[in-house]
Amino acid sequence: MPTPIPEALNTLSAGLILLSAFAMVATRQVQGVVRFFVIQSVLLAASCFLLGYSRNSVHLWSLGAITIAAKVVTIPWVLRRLLPGDFYERREISQAVNIPSSLLLALLLTVASEFLTGPLVMAARDPVVRVNLPIGLAGILIGAYSLIARREAIPQLIGILAMENGAFFAGVAIAPELPIIAELAVAMDVILIAVVVGLLTRNIQQTHGTTEAGALSELKEDPVAWL
Amino acid sequence: MALIAILAVPLAAALLCWLAPLRRFAWGITVASTWTVFALAVYVSAEVIASKRVVGIPGWFEADGLSALVLVLVGFVCALACVFAGGYMRHSETGRNRLWWFYCNYNLFLFALIFVPALAETNLVWVGVSMVTLFAVLLVGFEQTTNALEAAWKYAVLTIMGSPISLFGFFTLFWAYHSATGSSWETWEGLRGAASSMDPNLLKLSFLLVFVGFGAKSGLAPMHTWLPDAHSQAPTPVCAVLSGVKTTVPLYVILRFLSVILASPAARLGNWMVVLGLISVGIAAFLLIQVRDYKRMFAYSTVEHMGIILTAAGLATQASDFGAVSQMLNHTITKSLCFYVAGIILLILSTREIRSVRGLFRTSPFAASALLLCSLAIAGAPPFPIFLSEFSILSAGVRAGQPTVVAVLATLIVIAFIGIMFHVNRMAFGRPPAPRPAEGLPLSCRFTVLAAAAPVVLLGIYMPPPVQELLQLAARQLGGH
Repeated sequence: MPTPIPEALNTLSAGLILLSAFAMVATRQVQGVVRFFVIQSVLLAASCFLLGYSRNSVHLWSLGAITIAAKVVTIPWVLRRLLPGDFYERREISQAVNIPSSLLLALLLTVASEFLTGPLVMAARDPVVRVNLPIGLAGILIGAYSLIARREAIPQLIGILAMENGAFFAGVAIAPELPIIAELAVAMDVILIAVVVGLLTRNIQQTHGTTEAGALSELKEDPVAWL
Repeated sequence: MALIAILAVPLAAALLCWLAPLRRFAWGITVASTWTVFALAVYVSAEVIASKRVVGIPGWFEADGLSALVLVLVGFVCALACVFAGGYMRHSETGRNRLWWFYCNYNLFLFALIFVPALAETNLVWVGVSMVTLFAVLLVGFEQTTNALEAAWKYAVLTIMGSPISLFGFFTLFWAYHSATGSSWETWEGLRGAASSMDPNLLKLSFLLVFVGFGAKSGLAPMHTWLPDAHSQAPTPVCAVLSGVKTTVPLYVILRFLSVILASPAARLGNWMVVLGLISVGIAAFLLIQVRDYKRMFAYSTVEHMGIILTAAGLATQASDFGAVSQMLNHTITKSLCFYVAGIILLILSTREIRSVRGLFRTSPFAASALLLCSLAIAGAPPFPIFLSEFSILSAGVRAGQPTVVAVLATLIVIAFIGIMFHVNRMAFGRPPAPRPAEGLPLSCRFTVLAAAAPVVLLGIYMPPPVQELLQLAARQLGGH
């Protein structure tokens, strides 16, 4: 049986979402990272619309609309408002791991998530789950990785938001009937994350004169001198 | 009705603190709102004792024994911490004219802390816990010193990173629930009823994801590294709330979830919880020996107690469940007292280093006796309540046929005890390095210490029947056999 067109397009969008996750890992410029995050969110919304169309589900349509409103419109706007423009022209010079190795690691994480979700995907009869679950998990893992490897504040924030995108992409397939109020609340929460971390970044920039979160390393446990 | 009011009060108070003409009265507004919340929480738990269950909006906001217990704890700690903040925050150098903003944030934080236990619907719980984390971030960094901002950043990154992971866990849980029952209305009650028909693999996966995500938020090792930083750098009243209830609330969700897992015969994870709990206790016990900062010392002791509660819940017998909820109660009231005391020491000596605090009895007898009392209580010396609950956990472990667990836990508790008392001994006794003028403590700070010490002393000697009954109702929700 040939795959219906919306499902096939969903698979395409899954591939592009994974690609944009890789792009976020590979981009040095802060502005570029934000841009790829917006692209990823648009793709996520497109997936919602496609599946909403093929399954006739109002839930998925509204989830797509919520994603557009929260992640494509509000979050970039909030970040623009909170942080001055020269923030975005910054380039990250010193990453903890260089970019080719980072990409290799991201690739390994993708393969790992394919294996990790294997047993669950076998159990599910729905073909969409087979696409979305591994890609979603890969999105979460790659986001978590870039959170660790990045040293600039804004790319770290985008790492968290990209993890959220990954969770959502899996959620579209496995929990499409989630009550709409829960989805709205989750979207509000994602915006709140951007606001809070943005405010904190602004404070750090005002106090430290830098947004390099990797440079914050005063507090740690050293051995006691008098023991 | 009370369950709706308790949610509305802090939100309204946050709005009032934000309005420009009322900003000068922000402290007064917040004191009023926190004490109202505390009174309402006590009222709700009285209702729960009378009728087992209080319903706010059916299916959305409902309270049983466990949620009533957490509500009362949140109310108690937030009310006292707010009084303490009145005297303490005026001494802070940096934020004096932004205090309204502190209180506005504090009310929102309180709202989030109440929101989680008041919920019956499971998916919104994720949102609630995430809000708890976010509102705490700005409170931790409030003083805007280099160290405070660094602590806030580490805290934000580590705990917010837990949010998407646990979100994935909640999606998986919903998947398991929906494919077992066909219903999209997910409540704690419904989950427990459907647990035996849910796919055990999905259930396990979702629990592990939520455990990783929320474990980071409640400071369980090895995700605890943010905790000593945040708890040492945040303003003291915030520390009391963070250590006393902010860590307890995500743990409450983990325990609820654990009760769902325990209801499914195929997905047993109790032993895992015991092991993970012991790891937390162990790491904290050894780190306690080498701390240099007394606020960090109390922060590590929080990690220890979270581990003890998790271990007790993992043993999953009725007796150990009772031990777990009483440990929750005792830890919260004692730990908040510890941070008030740490706060007054910081006000008097303005240093956080254990090394620089010597002969506190000569500098300030009030602070020194409070320090001795609270450290004996938190380390688990008799006759304080923590001793009683730790003892009941250990004896429940013996009865559950887990002598190894009991032996390891007892050893680690003793190590932690020695660690804490070693440092406190050096702080309280001896000769002060330089004679310091004893600074007059703000009245509100003295009041808070005395008011917070009262239940710590009282509950060790006498357990009032309503408290006993509430604990029993709460323990029953944990689903031990």
